[in-house]
Amino acid sequence: MDAIDRDIINTLQAGFPICPSPYKQVAQGLNISEPELLTRLQGLLDSGFLSRFGPLFHAEQMGGALTLAAVKVPEQDFENIADTINAFPEVAHNYARSHELNMWFVLATENPAQIEQTIVKIEQQTGLQVYNMPKIHEYFVGLKLEA
Amino acid sequence: MIDPIDLQLIVAIQAGLPVVARPYALIAEQLELTENEVITRLSRLKQQGLIKRLGVIVKHRRLGYQANAMVVFDMPDTLVNDKGQQISQLPFINLCYLRPRHGEQWPYNLFCMIHGKSRERVLQQLNQLISSCALQDYPYDILFSPRCFKQRGALYANKLS
Repeated sequence: MDAIDRDIINTLQAGFPICPSPYKQVAQGLNISEPELLTRLQGLLDSGFLSRFGPLFHAEQMGGALTLAAVKVPEQDFENIADTINAFPEVAHNYARSHELNMWFVLATENPAQIEQTIVKIEQQTGLQVYNMPKIHEYFVGLKLEA
Repeated sequence: MIDPIDLQLIVAIQAGLPVVARPYALIAEQLELTENEVITRLSRLKQQGLIKRLGVIVKHRRLGYQANAMVVFDMPDTLVNDKGQQISQLPFINLCYLRPRHGEQWPYNLFCMIHGKSRERVLQQLNQLISSCALQDYPYDILFSPRCFKQRGALYANKLS
């Protein structure tokens, strides 16, 4: 990745225009040609620096629901439990974390009732208590990482 | 309820926008709409906040952000909103939320994320956070994430079925 690639990532994290030739507009701001932008962007997607190029939806406004949840997994069961939890299509993210509650995952469902249903199923299949920590208030979301 | 054409549009773009000179024209062709209608509808969805953002989502670990920490505080309920807003002003804070406590096992209610390239740097930023927001008196914990098992965007395609 070179300076132009970094520039592309940083610019496109801030947004993308909705107009007939959006790439042309972005390319002009970056001082490169439109074909160069298209080639480089495709390259960044193919090589896995970008997980996606597209929309970030507002889950709640879509009628869907999100929550953060955690479980306390015995060390020797870690791989099995991770597989069991990841197998749920409602699980969008799953991370190990350094705490007694050592596995943290995000559930994204089509409606709020499915959050509770999914948690019950995860508790049944893992035999672990799920600590549900839904968002009560959002103070800030600005996940922009300098490339 | 979401208008059926908006829903088709959402499904068409959820995996990603086409990387071609006229991306909205290509989507329009697939949905048998005009380019102008796609642009108008997407602009409205964005304005309404249904689409929070259009752009790239990075694989933060690939970009070198390996030291990602969730920092949590046990803040008195009377102070939590003020502190949440103060914390959100710091440039290295990526997310900040109020979430429920769970008794002794999890006494923390204020959650924020610091995505960093090294643990040292993140720990420095945590110190800066504590001193600049006057959080010295409140219990906290920092949870680094040594492994990521799964990371994907939420999909809505099954809404159509």
